[in-house]
Amino acid sequence: MTKSEYVVEMRKITKDFGGFKANDQVDLKVKPGEIHALLGENGAGKSTLMNILSGLLEPTSGEILLNGEPVKIDSPTAANRLGIGMVHQHFMLVDAFTVTENIILGNEPSHLGVIDRKKATKEIKELSDKYGLAVDPNAKVRDISVGMQQRAEILKTLYRGANILIFDEPTAVLTPQEIEELIGIMKSLVAEGKSIILITHKLDEIRHAADRCTVIRRGKSIDTVEVKGTTSEELAEMMVGHSVTFKIPKDPAKIGAPILNVKGLKVNESRGLPAVKGIDFTVHGGEILGIAGIDGNGQTELIEALTGLRKVAAGSVVIQGKDVTNAPVRKITETGVAHVPEDRQKYGLVLQMSLSENLALQTYYQKPMSRHGILNYHEMRKEALRLIREYDIRTTNEQLKAGELSGGNQQKAIVARELDRNADLIIVSQPTRGLDVGAIEYIHRQLIDQRDQGKAVLLVSFELDEIMNLSDRIIVLHDGKIAGEVHPETTTEQELGLLMAGSSVQAAAQEVK
Amino acid sequence: MLKVSQPIKKILVPLISILLGFLVGAIVMLIFSYSPIQAYTSMFQGALGSMSGIGETLRQATPLIFTALGFSVAYSAGFFNIGMSGQALAGWVASVWVALAYPNLPTYLLLPLAIIVGALAGGLIGAIPGVLRAFFGTSEVIVTIMLNYVVLYTSTYLLQNVMPKSFRSSTDSTQTISAHASLRMGWLQNIFGGSRINAGLFLAVIAIIIFWIMMKKTTLGFEIRSVGMNPFASEYAGMSSKKTIILSMVISGVLSGLGGVVEGLGTYQNFFTQTSSLSIGFDGMSVALLGGGSALGILLASLLFSILKIGGLGMQTGAGVPFEIVNIVIAAIIFFVAIDYVIGLLFKQKKATGTNTGAKPEQVIHQPKGGSEI
Ligand SMILES: Nc1ncnc2c1ncn2[C@@H]1O[C@H](COP(=O)(O)OP(=O)(O)OP(=O)(O)O)[C@@H](O)[C@H]1O
Ligand SMILES: [Mg+2]
Repeated sequence: MTKSEYVVEMRKITKDFGGFKANDQVDLKVKPGEIHALLGENGAGKSTLMNILSGLLEPTSGEILLNGEPVKIDSPTAANRLGIGMVHQHFMLVDAFTVTENIILGNEPSHLGVIDRKKATKEIKELSDKYGLAVDPNAKVRDISVGMQQRAEILKTLYRGANILIFDEPTAVLTPQEIEELIGIMKSLVAEGKSIILITHKLDEIRHAADRCTVIRRGKSIDTVEVKGTTSEELAEMMVGHSVTFKIPKDPAKIGAPILNVKGLKVNESRGLPAVKGIDFTVHGGEILGIAGIDGNGQTELIEALTGLRKVAAGSVVIQGKDVTNAPVRKITETGVAHVPEDRQKYGLVLQMSLSENLALQTYYQKPMSRHGILNYHEMRKEALRLIREYDIRTTNEQLKAGELSGGNQQKAIVARELDRNADLIIVSQPTRGLDVGAIEYIHRQLIDQRDQGKAVLLVSFELDEIMNLSDRIIVLHDGKIAGEVHPETTTEQELGLLMAGSSVQAAAQEVK
Repeated sequence: MLKVSQPIKKILVPLISILLGFLVGAIVMLIFSYSPIQAYTSMFQGALGSMSGIGETLRQATPLIFTALGFSVAYSAGFFNIGMSGQALAGWVASVWVALAYPNLPTYLLLPLAIIVGALAGGLIGAIPGVLRAFFGTSEVIVTIMLNYVVLYTSTYLLQNVMPKSFRSSTDSTQTISAHASLRMGWLQNIFGGSRINAGLFLAVIAIIIFWIMMKKTTLGFEIRSVGMNPFASEYAGMSSKKTIILSMVISGVLSGLGGVVEGLGTYQNFFTQTSSLSIGFDGMSVALLGGGSALGILLASLLFSILKIGGLGMQTGAGVPFEIVNIVIAAIIFFVAIDYVIGLLFKQKKATGTNTGAKPEQVIHQPKGGSEI
């Protein structure tokens, strides 16, 4: 048998969605034992290509070879059998099941028709020890962290004997520490002889982890390069087609009047335990206040309380001089608040509705979108087309269901809808999660623009770069309290990291010196 | 594999479901040695073969249109209303009661009054599970099922113990309502050979149009659809899912109540003791599902349903086929429509090469949850 140089070879793959080619003659060749990155703008067709490889979508034309042999992958089961496993960006786990149950689901080891739990648990234990994938096999999925859920997903593919692993934007939802761990895990997997295809928008992750990188632009494969010897700038340029600015220059802030005033705010999380434990801060017009912190330190609850989605337990929220503590969402919105929510698929969009309806989600009840309760679809479409143009949302048309947009373009749609409303207070949570560098640059510019127009911007992000580049002031949340306030010019990522871990400002400053 | 485009598929799939239903019915009849050809001939003869048959078919479709619309409104808001029988019954009793209480009011006052009171009674019964779900998270399925019984037995109690004796003609039936409250129209009945067809049909057509406008063109319809598809995003956008759920249930109840009103003021002209929950409630559910929740779909599905029901009587008299077999045919059709997803797979090939979605089964299953980035 002649062994091919490549484990996976996708040749001239084309995928046509009703006249729109999401993939157009794409070539992808993966060597055994390598981490192969797939880079491309939002909507370039990366997920589509990987869904084809994992049997979720059928290509319109093109062929796939595994180890030199042509194969037909017409279902996820077939992909499984061929040793291809995919870790999706949005996990596919059953919340109410334990980690073990999720891993063996559809593949249960049984003895006389009874699930052999012992055997399963043992096998999973062995696998997780072997690859350093720490999971609690008996914990329910809904009770474990996102990082552990992801490790469970990886175990699931390994348990099914996957030899070729596909990771679709695995790091978008992870903390920096978890990303480090994940890269370590991936490296040990390829050391085993497995091959990995990694989709990510973060160039330094590619430089860190990947051996080679294939760049896709607007459905076409541009080039495959060795990662060593290629700079981030070169990668970005290849992907977007022009040069990209990573750090956006900005003028000093012209601080205006206070717009958001938070006093003694306490908020409980869903189980009734305190999540935000008494915090005070103010955001002025003309400034960007960054909230840094590790996921799960009260950021989500804080933002939900400010926007009316969650009850305030104590304290007050004043926007533009109006007390909006525990006010209904719409009243807060109408006070002049825009909100880009953290979870774009749960809160930001109605996935089954069209893009144009989603773009009107905040304004449908006002003129000119409707009059006396009758919707004006003509106006809605006109507005949608304008937003699609101005914010460069890549879509086939405005009637496409929001769920059919690529992940990044879903986010762009939300940002477009929110920023376009000309609100005085802009609350953005993870605004660039899952966006390509070009789109990130664009959204960062927009946020700085808004600040320069005198708007108050409250930015929550787990990305230290983003916080450091954009903020005029930074407060660090730790365990529901403000661990400290620092200025980006005078602080370092190291100091921020220590504050996020719970040190006091003095202690952190000491240690950094 | 058949290659068709998306809109054609939308029409073909229910048509094939219906044909398969008839086919299964035919097989069942053959097994019990009845002649399917004779049976189906007498079925269509009975339903459409005479003006009075057509009139009865249209009469039968009228309440079904109302209950199907009612089901669809609630369903769009993510609410599974199984309580349409009770809501319709409430509408029936209330409208007849008003008609009997003020028999001498002029038509232009009495008829609208009776209709409105009946509709409100339905809306009130519909509001109960809506409020319970909105404020206490109670399962609407259980509440609506139980309310069907509550209304059923309450109606008997009201008839036998609360209504003034003068309203009753016997212990289990009211007097006939006065002509001032009747939905029947002489000229219409004359055209349709003296059948019980009545002006309720026009109300139903108006209701279909209003339903279509409401769901597609109004902000209320937008909110109902949005809350049904994603309550979280709807809250985020400042809609009140509580308000929307209650409102959609009230509208659903009002429509179901009107279904009962046309039975009372149109078909039967009185109220009599019911021994089980009204079938128009459950049939309305099937009609709504068969019609895919769209206005036109509901109209066509209600007609099909009525043809089966009215024609079924003809099958019995004309071909000696017991009504139970007719019910099997109806059930088979609903069954095949319910699994239209499977029938849709017949057309898979074309999807992969052309039209809108290239999704394979697995993906389609994941998508409604909105969980997967595709
Ligand atoms: N079912 C569908 N119908 C029509 N168009 C679709 C469908 N699914 C995807 N698309 C389009 O195909 C294009 C590629 O989408 P894909 O999800 O592959 O992008 P991506 O490279 O993964 O982007 P991102 O980085 O934003 O996740 C997008 O423009 C998207 O709108
Ligand atoms: Mg993607």
